[in-house]
Amino acid sequence: MRSAVSIPALILTAAFVGYAGLARESGLTLDQTLLMTGLVWALPSIVVLTGAITGGMGMISAGLAVALASVRLMPMTMALMPLLRVEGKTKRWHLLIASHFVAVTAWVFAMRNVQDLPREARLPFFLGFGASLTGFVFCMTGIAYVMVGSLPPMVAGGLFMLTPVYFLCSLWGASRISADKAAMLAGLVLGPVFFRLAPGLDLLLTGLVGGTLAYLATRLSRRGWR
Amino acid sequence: MTMADPWWWPYAMIVVAGWLATDVWRWLGVLFSGRLREDSELMVFIRSVATALVAGVISKLVLFPAGALETAPVALRLAAAVTGFAAFLAFGQRVIVGVLAAEVVLIGGWLLLGAG
Repeated sequence: MRSAVSIPALILTAAFVGYAGLARESGLTLDQTLLMTGLVWALPSIVVLTGAITGGMGMISAGLAVALASVRLMPMTMALMPLLRVEGKTKRWHLLIASHFVAVTAWVFAMRNVQDLPREARLPFFLGFGASLTGFVFCMTGIAYVMVGSLPPMVAGGLFMLTPVYFLCSLWGASRISADKAAMLAGLVLGPVFFRLAPGLDLLLTGLVGGTLAYLATRLSRRGWR
Repeated sequence: MTMADPWWWPYAMIVVAGWLATDVWRWLGVLFSGRLREDSELMVFIRSVATALVAGVISKLVLFPAGALETAPVALRLAAAVTGFAAFLAFGQRVIVGVLAAEVVLIGGWLLLGAG
């Protein structure tokens, strides 16, 4: 398990090391940066919020922008929770706490790995994994904030490249049926298209349109027209 | 942040506009997942939506990156991602192989371009 945890942890840490530089350049203090890392725990939302605070945006509009960047967490949570739950035994507030750790890295990792575990072990595993991942990244972000002035562009670029390639490989590994793989391909293609057409709403549209197309196409091939 | 803001303003922003605005979706996800079974048709659909969405995040990170990765040419970024994924598939779906292959192509290509 240690080796399994270290790869996503290292990759996510690399992404947050990059963020620590941005936070410092934006004038956020160390405690604000760490509070945001721990409480929000979703890098795209954190980046949006950083821009909102430094740009002097009001609370309502900042909240809306962050909420828009975070809608994706809802279908992701909905997809993960039935895997973690033991029917009739798991308490809802346990799942509510566990849901805080839902973010792309932990989600991809959990979707790929919890299915190999007995049902009773899944929620404890996810809680332990989420808490250690958050704790580790939290510490490394603090260290990076203090130590990293500015990285050479090639090193920083290499760090930023880790995340998409890691997602690409583990998302494929996590897909169980043809609908998952079709959805992945649709999302890869539609993501940039909607980013051009409707920035801000792009991820939501990519998910809904790409996911629906993938679902319908694979359902047709599974069951025919009925 | 303007000078007129009191010291606690960024903290209030982080709690309300950051924490609540993010976690509310996770909580709704838990509540809506209710008694959904993981093998139901609705669940297959929701997983498709979530998967397409995360895939959209991936291609955005490669095609429209923020920060230092921007300075690498888009063709190089694409080549690195494609090579990484191909290596991942070719060598028994080991994530670490894919990640390393992509980094070799990116950094190697970057150095060659810089030298050339």
